[in-house]
Amino acid sequence: MAYRLSPARLWREKDSRYRLVGGMCRRCGRRFYPPRPVCPYCGSKSVERVELARQGVVETFAITYTVQEGFRDQAPIVYAIVKLDDGARVFAPLTDVEPEKVHTGMRVEAVVRRVRVDDDHGLIAYGIKFRPLRPAKSGQ
Amino acid sequence: MPGPVYIVGVGLTKVSRHFDKSLIDLFAEASLKALEEAGVEPRDLDAVVVGNMLANSLGSQDSLGALLATSIGARYKAAFHVKAACGSGGVAVYTGYSLVASGLADLVLVGGVEKMTDYPTPVITTALAQAGEAEYEVFYGASFAALNALMMRLYMEKYGVSRDEMSEWPVMMHANAEKNPYAQIRRRISREDVAKSRVVADPIRLLDSSPIGDGAAAVLLASENGLKKLGKKPDVLVEIAGVGLAVDTVELSNREELDAIPALRYAALQAYNMAGIEPKKLDVVEVHDAFTITGILSLEALGLAEKGKAAKLVAEGRFHPGDKPVANPSGGLKARGHPVGATGVYQVAEITMQLRGDFPGVKVEGAEYGLASNIGGDGSTITAIVLRRVR
Repeated sequence: MAYRLSPARLWREKDSRYRLVGGMCRRCGRRFYPPRPVCPYCGSKSVERVELARQGVVETFAITYTVQEGFRDQAPIVYAIVKLDDGARVFAPLTDVEPEKVHTGMRVEAVVRRVRVDDDHGLIAYGIKFRPLRPAKSGQ
Repeated sequence: MPGPVYIVGVGLTKVSRHFDKSLIDLFAEASLKALEEAGVEPRDLDAVVVGNMLANSLGSQDSLGALLATSIGARYKAAFHVKAACGSGGVAVYTGYSLVASGLADLVLVGGVEKMTDYPTPVITTALAQAGEAEYEVFYGASFAALNALMMRLYMEKYGVSRDEMSEWPVMMHANAEKNPYAQIRRRISREDVAKSRVVADPIRLLDSSPIGDGAAAVLLASENGLKKLGKKPDVLVEIAGVGLAVDTVELSNREELDAIPALRYAALQAYNMAGIEPKKLDVVEVHDAFTITGILSLEALGLAEKGKAAKLVAEGRFHPGDKPVANPSGGLKARGHPVGATGVYQVAEITMQLRGDFPGVKVEGAEYGLASNIGGDGSTITAIVLRRVR
C-alpha cells in the first residue's frame, strides 16, 4: 500500500517540509535533515531545530522510471541528495529541469511544491523540491 | 564467549514465481527438509524464528510465528517473526543464534520465507520502498532502486568506475547461478546485455537489479546439548563462529558516507573478532547484491577490497570461482534471486553447504571459513555471520 496520507501526519511534519527545518547539534555543530532527537553524528542530546540553508549543490541523483503507485504520472522523477551550503544533506526530488540537464555539482535552491494528491481522500501533500539556481543577471 | 551453535540441517526451495504455492507451502517445504536432514521432529524443537518482510503489506497476514510454526506441527513451542526489511533473514539467524548461545534453547529452526509474485510490479515496488524512511524518502515516491542509484552514481563518479566495469558483477552472478538448481535465473548474460537493459533508476539498469521471486530457506541450529537430540549425526559439522549486527540511519541524508556501507564494516568486525579471524581467512562469501552497487560496496565493507577498487577487481577476474574468496557462488541476489525476507537465510544455508562440500552448484573446494552478509534497506540493518567447518 502506498504511503497513506492523513491530515495529522502531514501537519506534524510541516516545519521540516515547508520551511526546511532541520537539526543543529550544539556540541559538534553539524546540521542534519530530517531533524532527530539526538545528533546522528556525535550522539549529543543538545540539539536545536533551525531553518537550514535553502541553497546547495547536487551531490548525486537518480533519474527514476519505476516509482511507487500514486507517482506514475510524474515519472521519470529525478531524485537527488543535495548538500546544502550549511553542510546538511537533504533527499528530495528536483523540479523545473529536464532530466538530461541534471549534473552533479549543479547549484539548486529549495522550493515548496505539490508532491501527491491522495485520490481516495482528496488530501494534497506538499513538500520540499529543489530547482536549478539561475545565476543572477547583471544590472538587476 | 557464548557457547557453540551448530548448523545441523538446511532446506531450500528454488526461487521462482511459485503461483501454485502459498507462504505456508514454501515455508513448510524448506523447513521440513532442514528437519529431515537432522532427523528432528517438529515437536522436538524449542523455538521457531521466522524472517519475513512483506506478509503484512502484501499478504494481509501478521502472526507469522504462530501461523508457520503450527503449520509444520510445532504447536505450543516458542515462535515469532523477525522483521528488518530485506535484512529480515539475517536478523532471524542472528536471533536464533542468540536463543541457542544463551542456553535458552537447544534446537531452533530459523526459516525465511517471502511470497512476492501475487501482485503486479508497481504494487511490489511500493511495498519494498517501505525499507526507506517513510516521511522523507517514501513520502516523495522514491523507489528502493532510486535510493541505491544515488549511491551507484556517486561511487562511479568519485572512483572513476565505468559502466563496463560495473557490469561484470551481474555477468559473474548469472554465470554462477547457471549451475545452481535453486536459482531463479539460470542463463548467462554479457556486459553488453547489462549496459543495454532497460533503465530502472539511472544509473541502475534492469540487469543491475535482483529479480522479484518467491522462496523459502531454513536452517536448524543446535547447541552442544542439542546435538545429542538429533536422529541423524551430521557427516560434517558446521558452527556459527561469529555474528555481527549493526544499524545506520534509515535515511541516506544522515549517513556519514554515501559511497560505502559503513554499518557493514561494523557488523563484519564484530563477526571477525568473535570468530578470531581476518577477512583473508575467508574461502567463500555470500554478499547482499540487491543491486550491482550493493554487491560491490559489500566487498569493500567486508575488507576484501580497498575503497573504490572492488568493481575494478571484479572486472579483472577477482572473486570469480577459483579465487579466494569466491563471491556468491550461488549467483547471489541477482540471479539466485531475492525473496527479500528469506534471502539472509538462503545465504547462511548456502555457506553451510559449501563448508560441508555438498552445495549443488559452483563448489568452493575444501572451504573452511565462509561469511554471509545480509542488508536491510539501503544499508540500515546489517548482519554478518561467519561460519566454520569444525569437523
